[in-house]
Amino acid sequence: MTDPRPLSFHVPAPAVRPGGIPDFSDVPIARAGEVRRPEVDTAPEDIRDLAYTIIRVLDRQSEAVGPWAGLLGDDELIAGLRHMMTLRAFDARMQMAQRQGKTSFYMQHTGEEAVSCAFRTALEPGDMNFPTYRQAGLLIAGGYPMLDMMCQIYSNELDPLKGRQLPVMYSSREHGFFSISGNLATQYIQAVGWAMASAMRRDTRIAAGWIGDGSTAESDFHAALVFASTYKAPVVLNIVNNQWAISTFQGIARGGSGTFAARGLGFGIPALRVDGNDYLAVHAVAKWAVERARRNLGPTLVEYVTYRVGAHSTSDDPSAYRPKTESDAWPLGDPVLRLKNHLIRRGVWSEERHKQGEAEIMASVIAVQKEAESHGTLHSGPHPSARDMFEGVYEETPPHLRRQRQQGGI
Amino acid sequence: MSRRTMVEAIRDALDISMQRDERVVVFGEDVGYFGGVFRCTQGLQQKFGASRCFDTPISELGIVGAAVGMAAYGLRPCVEIQFADYMYPAYDQIVSEAARLRYRSNGQFTAPLVVRMPTGGGIFGGQTHSQSPEALFTHVAGLKTVVPSNPHDAKGLLIAAIEDNDPVIFLEPKRLYNGPFDGHHDRPVTPWAKHPQGEVPDGHYTVPLGKAAIRRAGSAVTVLAYGTMVYVAEAAATETDIDAEIVDLRTLLPYDLETIAASVEKTGRCVVVHEATMTSGFGAELSALVQENCFYHLEAPVVRVTGWDTPYPHAQEWDYFPGPARVGRALKAAMEA
Repeated sequence: MTDPRPLSFHVPAPAVRPGGIPDFSDVPIARAGEVRRPEVDTAPEDIRDLAYTIIRVLDRQSEAVGPWAGLLGDDELIAGLRHMMTLRAFDARMQMAQRQGKTSFYMQHTGEEAVSCAFRTALEPGDMNFPTYRQAGLLIAGGYPMLDMMCQIYSNELDPLKGRQLPVMYSSREHGFFSISGNLATQYIQAVGWAMASAMRRDTRIAAGWIGDGSTAESDFHAALVFASTYKAPVVLNIVNNQWAISTFQGIARGGSGTFAARGLGFGIPALRVDGNDYLAVHAVAKWAVERARRNLGPTLVEYVTYRVGAHSTSDDPSAYRPKTESDAWPLGDPVLRLKNHLIRRGVWSEERHKQGEAEIMASVIAVQKEAESHGTLHSGPHPSARDMFEGVYEETPPHLRRQRQQGGI
Repeated sequence: MSRRTMVEAIRDALDISMQRDERVVVFGEDVGYFGGVFRCTQGLQQKFGASRCFDTPISELGIVGAAVGMAAYGLRPCVEIQFADYMYPAYDQIVSEAARLRYRSNGQFTAPLVVRMPTGGGIFGGQTHSQSPEALFTHVAGLKTVVPSNPHDAKGLLIAAIEDNDPVIFLEPKRLYNGPFDGHHDRPVTPWAKHPQGEVPDGHYTVPLGKAAIRRAGSAVTVLAYGTMVYVAEAAATETDIDAEIVDLRTLLPYDLETIAASVEKTGRCVVVHEATMTSGFGAELSALVQENCFYHLEAPVVRVTGWDTPYPHAQEWDYFPGPARVGRALKAAMEA
């Protein structure tokens, strides 16, 4: 018997750190239009390859090509562009408001606007999203009033959540947007439970779960996939892979599995990987997955490959852990720019209209912001009462809580 | 009216709730076809079908997480965690999700669900089948925590819990499933069939959450107890011939301060008994409440009798379990102070 050689410990690391030159040339990216579009009732084992490629529609010439193209008309695409531009303007104003001390915290979507905006248009009224904190596009594309979003961020007198929740942790049952927890991954299995309930009640509504690349490492993700697989729950399980979990690159959560989508394969769940910066591709894949759920064919796992251009939150500084130029080097481009160029190519948009649209959108966001601020910001003006803090812990306030409120003179 | 074990009473409560409200669904590990390792869900799948009562993967997180989603949808899940000791993987879903959903969404979403779990020792279950984690729930804003001590209450409290619009943790003292165990492990247990509390009304009724019951009236000392410890305290009072008043809390949160305070003000002495570990246990809360509310009526310090601050041992089970001898000594200490 030979002497055993010492083992070595492996810690994955990103290819480049601050000071280095970003290089994504080894990231395999399928050509637009190249990936097939199977029927939605195809057996999962026959489409395992779709977990390892990237479904793309918009090519380098801004043409929509291939079998996933052709689902959306001019008006829908212009509306989609406006949703993404609105989200970007909203982000800019709220980020600035946080820097001005009008709220404690904010989280931007920069670079990821297509994912939530395009996904929302594949749903029907009554369907329920279980989002993370970076899917505000579901609200904007779903017609939720921006004033309510801002008042929530400002925790002011009109805050629909009475000042109880951290900024951006919205909730709107009416708009199919489940209360954001802020604890990562917990909502993924809840989405599956909601979908199971819909099937148990022979309803027609479906659910969508949302998770980031980093939090797929949580047990909740695993539980969600087991339950979704076992009970064939009518749910779309979305993974937004924006490459970064605060400072931790996606390789730490992904390990040796190749892609996040591939996690679905062992569960027998069809898994698709899609260009998350391609509005048309996101919409097409979302439609496919939603149709599967609606036709009682069960869950679908979708990985959106995108890039978090901004910081994780207003409390984060990405220059400490990744090159500043990394987002420019990101090979899938900018979702707003790509859809804009496609619309120009279609002949229904122009640079001029785009500039005009940007200005109009920014003006209307600022107008709403003014109105929101007239109802207070975190540290000034009208705000929820201390009494609101004691309400809603239970349906009826129990005696011990009533006594505490009285002791506090509230 | 008929005599039932606590298992039968719980099953009856589930059956009646499922009959009355088709939104009530029951699931957990081994809960469906087999009817649960303690048989509490026996026959429900056959009666109501697999979409109302079903088996789950071994994932407590998944069971409670799915229940939160179902409750948000509009169902009323009543799920089983096979042993309270297995609850920890679900704790985040209970604490961060179920308990806070109403609050954080300002009432847009609620979690009207019940998490049932067998609790406590006395069955040689070792450290993974014997724990009493009630204090981990009473410490959480937004939860209600219930511990029945007999078949009559178990049925009425479980129906009330299922009908409640907030999440309820329902801890079933497993040593009481078949009879009122008084801690004398070397003696046979009287079956519920021969005990007046085994008398369970047929049909629907509720025992309100948040209300304690006086199990034994007395004037010398108040014993605050719940679950199995109610019978241990009764045995201790009889054996020491001390005129103890035994308050069965039934619901730990919200607690019934009125009944607690009225009894301690009457007796002037208080012994708190639970099987869970002592430090930061629910007994600490009870002691503080008695001190805050009854200080000028107290003639002796509040005495706690609890499990030791160790993991629940296997071979030393009866050295760990706060039996009638220890409770009796505490009663005497409270009387002699």
